[in-house]
Formats: sequence, structure tokens, C-alpha cells
Amino acid sequence: MNKNIILCGVGGQGTVLASKLISSVAMEKGLLVMSAETIGMSQRGGSVFSHIRIGEGIQTPMIGEGEADIIIAFEPGEAVRMLPYLKADGQMIVSAKEVMPVMATLTGSDYHGREMLDYLASKVTNLVVADTEDACQKIGTTKALNVFLLGVAVFSGSLGITEDELKEMIRKKVPEKFHELNFKALDCAKDYRKKEEM
Amino acid sequence: MQKEYLMGNEAIAMGAIAAGVNVAAGYPGTPSTEVLETIAKRRTGDIYVEWSVNEKAALELGAGAAYSGARVLVTMKQVGLNVAADPLMSLEYIGVKGGLVILVADDPGPISSQTEQDTRTFAAFSKVPCFDPSSVQEAYEMVQEAFAYSEKYHTPVFLRPTTRVCHGYAAVDVKGPGEYEAHCPDGFVRDTKRWVIFPRLSYQNHLKIEERNVQIADDFSSYHRNKIVEAKEAKKGVVTSGVSFTYVAETLKEIENVRLFKVGTPFPFPEKMAVEFLTGLDEVLCIEELDPVLEREMLRICGKYHLPVKICGKLSYHVKQAGENTRLSVKQNIYEFLGMQITMQNILEDAPNLPVRPPVLCAGCPHRASFYAVKQAMKGKKSVFCGDIGCYTLGNAMPLDMVDTCLCMGAGINIAQGIGKVEPDTACFAFVGDSTFFASAITGIVNAVYNQANLTVVILDNSTTAMTGHQPHPGTGRTMMGEIVQKVNIEAVLRGIGLEVVETVNPFELDKAVQCVKETAVRPGVKAIIFKSPCIAVTRPNQALYVKEDACIHCKKCIHELGCPAILLKDGQVNIDTSLCTGCGLCGQVCPVHSITGGDQNE
Repeated sequence: MNKNIILCGVGGQGTVLASKLISSVAMEKGLLVMSAETIGMSQRGGSVFSHIRIGEGIQTPMIGEGEADIIIAFEPGEAVRMLPYLKADGQMIVSAKEVMPVMATLTGSDYHGREMLDYLASKVTNLVVADTEDACQKIGTTKALNVFLLGVAVFSGSLGITEDELKEMIRKKVPEKFHELNFKALDCAKDYRKKEEM
Repeated sequence: MQKEYLMGNEAIAMGAIAAGVNVAAGYPGTPSTEVLETIAKRRTGDIYVEWSVNEKAALELGAGAAYSGARVLVTMKQVGLNVAADPLMSLEYIGVKGGLVILVADDPGPISSQTEQDTRTFAAFSKVPCFDPSSVQEAYEMVQEAFAYSEKYHTPVFLRPTTRVCHGYAAVDVKGPGEYEAHCPDGFVRDTKRWVIFPRLSYQNHLKIEERNVQIADDFSSYHRNKIVEAKEAKKGVVTSGVSFTYVAETLKEIENVRLFKVGTPFPFPEKMAVEFLTGLDEVLCIEELDPVLEREMLRICGKYHLPVKICGKLSYHVKQAGENTRLSVKQNIYEFLGMQITMQNILEDAPNLPVRPPVLCAGCPHRASFYAVKQAMKGKKSVFCGDIGCYTLGNAMPLDMVDTCLCMGAGINIAQGIGKVEPDTACFAFVGDSTFFASAITGIVNAVYNQANLTVVILDNSTTAMTGHQPHPGTGRTMMGEIVQKVNIEAVLRGIGLEVVETVNPFELDKAVQCVKETAVRPGVKAIIFKSPCIAVTRPNQALYVKEDACIHCKKCIHELGCPAILLKDGQVNIDTSLCTGCGLCGQVCPVHSITGGDQNE
């Protein structure tokens, strides 16, 4: 299995843990993995990304333009920013809820997630828009947004990771008191995908 | 051997532990910080590890330990090396007994640094051999080899990864604890002819160093981290090093007839191998980040050996002069060099305007309150606000707009002093964080006091080193090894220096804070205000605030004055994002009609 996966979003949304879960699952399966992420100043509300590459013959964790099989975007505007990296037939999973930049609030300038989603719809054939606001309400917190989106990717089948594998890794990598919450997020993702497919 | 999924910095730390490192010290700085943290976390036996107050202290401690036969790792980011430059330059003349590896992380881009300086250039300047890993696995192995070279030639050596190696992750083959080298230092042996630097000794050692570096260059020509990848009938070649090597290798997967030279030791340059690489080629492209180090070496060697090879790179404007290389930029450079077509299309040409997201102070950050208090107090008065290095540099953003200068660690104090000398009627402020205070502001304050400056030092004491991920420092009363120690008291230090006015205030008590600044700023001489409130990222937050919608008059003062990421406009109504709000209460104090409330302490 060769896969190039990009996670992107805004600092503080939990992309780093999500990336760690994917890489760890792949590693447990004995696959070669490399990954890279934004660390440092951008973590304070800036744009952040993780690149994950799984498979033989990889020299660097950095994914080139047009090479990503899947992009999991935690924010619509960040999804558009990463679009040049998506393969022509690649899958984009995107959270519908925008994160307002402080600058937009300050200057009163417009920023609408809807506009970004419409643009994505015009460019990406394999697009999954996840209603994360609704999901987070059901889960009861925004803190499990990352695992919910991972779940959506898992149940879409394109990630090459099963529900059980992901659960097992959550047990290993996440403090116990958050297990139930994350499993609930996964269940939500499962229901969500079922509904979408119906 | 076992496999472990490690960040580059973690791999370097595990490599150092496997090499039997005895002493490790450094000062935090992105992208180097995790190396020392990992040694602290994963250390075995009696490894000593410390966050020093700055890089100079760390390297001097490292020198002493290495004189005593210990294996030592000293860590810093590239600008930290400037702080450690004084001991470094002399240390190379003295040399070491135990292996001394100086880990300096470079930051092309720069992503989180003040400069794009190149430690490979610093290596040539200081005559210190330099290892340049291209991947996480190589970094793990190279740090062990670097210790061996350091001891073989009695010299400190650099290990110089860049951000993408430091922060890249890979499944690394690592040694198990049973395979770790044991290294027992034999102690300091008194020898004044060896350890005491004097002009005569420096002259003699200078001669030896130059001769030795020629030997090391020879040695490096057979070191397996330097390698030539041969190609059939190659007339063109690419030379590269560090992370750029991996980008080149990805591009060359689909291309034949290009000879590749991967340089793992940019200084001393493996000259013999370079001659072998250049022989028979017509043109060579140099792919590297920061300075054209490889390119200059190629030009020098072509000149020295009369080789008719055209050298392309940054100096010939074939490659951009600044910034980070990417997979795409390297592909473009190579395709152009080979005269191949590359189709470039701007996919986002018709995209809507993307949101701009500069990093901002967190919701609930005490620095926001401190800056706001000073701003309010000095409204309408001629003032200048000198900033410094840390999270609080972000106080420059609108709407606070409270950082007029920022240069390097600790510089704000004496910059304020200098501005005050030229503009005596300006109220000069210098903002400095607690960790930066200990790292390099104290001497500046002594200078200002001694030379009769007029300025207000504002110490933003959040009880941690926040920007780099919350490391302890002398004011926290904890060490990296988990010991509880006596706190170095900032107020007592300032009083010891001779400051008569030192006020300590909680910046979230806004009226008090503003009043304090007003009163303090007009006092003569050097005076200090310590804004004391812990970093919100390591403190239990209060309950979120909320807006009483019927009371809100929609003036949006909270938004326009504070720029807090938790305050948003939702359908024209001011709204507080409860997932971000920490209940600091600042906006409640700014609201003219007291419509923001809540923020009770959590149980």
C-alpha cells in the first residue's frame, strides 16, 4: 500500500494527534512510514499541516504538489490552501465549519466557509463534506473533532485503516479518560457515513 | 535493533544516548528544543541534562565536561550559536578530550527564526567540522559517528539538521539499551599548556588545526555519509546535502544520466571525492538551502584542479537565493538544468480569497492584558515600545500594535536606552519575558542603570518559557531533571542591580495595572514593572465568559481593542467562543456597559 495523506487545519485543532494515530497504525502493520508537521509559531492559531507518507521507496515525508491521495481538512479555507497537493482522483474530506481568523473579525472583512466549500465542489470529484458542527454537538465537545474526521476517512475506506486498528491505537496513544469520548466520535462518524451512503 | 517511530530531534537524542553521552545542556529554540527534552525523558544511567540560562552557558559547561573526558551534547538553534560564538571560537583552538557534539538546528524559510544564517558557513569560519544529516534515520546514526570523530581529532563538531529533519518523523532502527555504548569520563587532568588559551598557544594550535582539517577532509572522502551515485554516460551532475538530498532523490527517480553527489560533511569538504565526482562532467547544479556552501566549494575545487565544469546554483541565479527548498522548487531547478519541460499550472488561480492566519496571542494570554494596560496608560504620550524574542513578539499584531522594535534575545533593553539618548522626551519601554530576562536581559539592565538611562523595563512574567513549549527556567524553581530548587527571584535581582522602583502587578487587574504604568513611567532613571500572571496554556482556565445580548450596545470595543481569538461576530452580534475562552475577564473590564460576564473559577 502506498499512500500520501495530508491533514490540515488551524493551530489547536488536533491535527498532530490525528497524524500520530495514522502513522502509528501504519507502523504497527509493518509498513514504512514518514511524516512531517508544522511545529512552532504557527501553532498559535496559524495554518498548520501534517504530511504522512506510507509505503516503499519514500525518501522524504514531504508530499509534492499533485501527489496526495487523501487530504483531511479540518477547515474549509485550509482545504482550499492545500488543494494543489491533491491528486487528480484524490479524495478530499473537509469539515464544513469555518474557523474565523482574528483578522477577519477585526477588519470586518468577509470570510465564509460556504464559499470555500462551493469552490472545492467545483474542483474535487471525490469530495466529502462533513457536518462537524452537528457531530461535535452530538459528541458533546469540539475536542474530538480530529478523531471524528479520522473516522469519516476510515469509514470512507480510502485511508487503508480499519475501525478496530484505529480504536486500538487510541487505546495506546490517548490517555484513558478520553477513550470513551473518542470512541463516541468514531461512532458518530460511522452513523454519518451510513447516512451519506443511503 | 528495534523500530521506533521518532521525530528527527528525538532520534538525535536517542542516538546520543546510544553513544553513551554523559552530559547534555542547551537553551530551547525552535527547531532544536525536543532533542534535550527527549534526553531528559529517555535518559538511562547517570546522564546529566540541563536547560542552561543561555547557549553560552551551555557550551561553557559542555567544554568543562568534555575537558574532563565526558561525552557531551550541547543543543541550540542557529541564532543561539551567535550567543555561544565567543566560547566556540576559542574552544576550537583548545580542543576537547571527551567527544563534544554541538547540535545546531538551522531554519530555512525562516519558519520560526530571526535569520537565515547557515551553520555550515559558521563551521568553516570557526574551523569546526560539520555533519549535515538528510533524514531522521541518518541523524540517529550520524550523531553517534560525530562523537567518534570528535574524539579521534580532539575537536568539537557540529551536527546541523534543518527544520524538516528536526521535525520530520520516521520509523527508525534504534539500538536497545543493551547495545548502548558505556562511556566513563576519567576526570580533569591539570595541564596549563593544554587548557589555558594564550596568544602563543593559539598560534601553534592554529597551525595544527589547519593541518588537521586537511586530514579530516581526506578522511571524509571515504566516509560513507558522503557518496557519489553514478549514472551511465553522465555529462551533468547534481550536488546536494541535507534534506535537499531527499528532494533531489525523489526527482531523480524518473531521470537517467545524472550523476549525484550527496555531501554529508560540508566542512571540511571531502575534496578528493568531489574531484572524482566532477571529473568528466560538463555541468553541475548545486541544490542546497541557505548559503551557497557546496557551490563555493565546487567553484574552488574546479579552480584548484583546472576542471572545465560549469557550476550552477545560487551564485549563478539558477536557484533562488533565500527561503526553503520544496519538492516542487527542486524539481523545477533540476528540470530547467536538464532543459526538460515542466508544466506548471496555478490550480488556485480562480480560488476565492483565502483567510490570512498570522499567529496570534492565545485567548486568555496575560501578555494581551499587559500590552493593553501600557497602551492605555501611555495614550497620547510620546512613547516607544521595544519588544523582544518570545510569544510576546506577537504583541506587534493589530489591534494591540505594541512592538516597535525586535532584534534578538535581550536586545530590547539597550535599544530602548539608545532611542532615549537620541530622543530624551520619549518615554522608552522595553518588554522582556521571564526566560529571556534570565537568558540575556540582566547585563543590559546593568548597563542601563550604570549609564544613567531613562527607561521602563516591563517584565512579562508568565512563569515559563512559553514559545518553545513550556520549559522551566531559573525563576520557576524546577530543573529539567525534576528537582525542586530555590527560585531566582526577578524582583530581588532587579533590586540587587540597584533599581529603586520595581512594581509587581497582575495585568488582569486592568485599572490597577494602568495606574501603575502611569505612575512608574514618569519616575526618573531605570524602573521596572513585573506583570505577573501564568501562561494560560499551563494553567487551569476559568469558566468561559458570555455576552448578555440585551445589554450589549454593539460598539465592538472588545473586538477592536483586544484582538482576542475567542471574541467573534456571529450574525452581527458579539459572541464568545466557549471552546477558546479561558475566562480571563479582560474583555469584561474593557466593555463600557459591562455586558460581558461569567468567568467564575472552575471547581
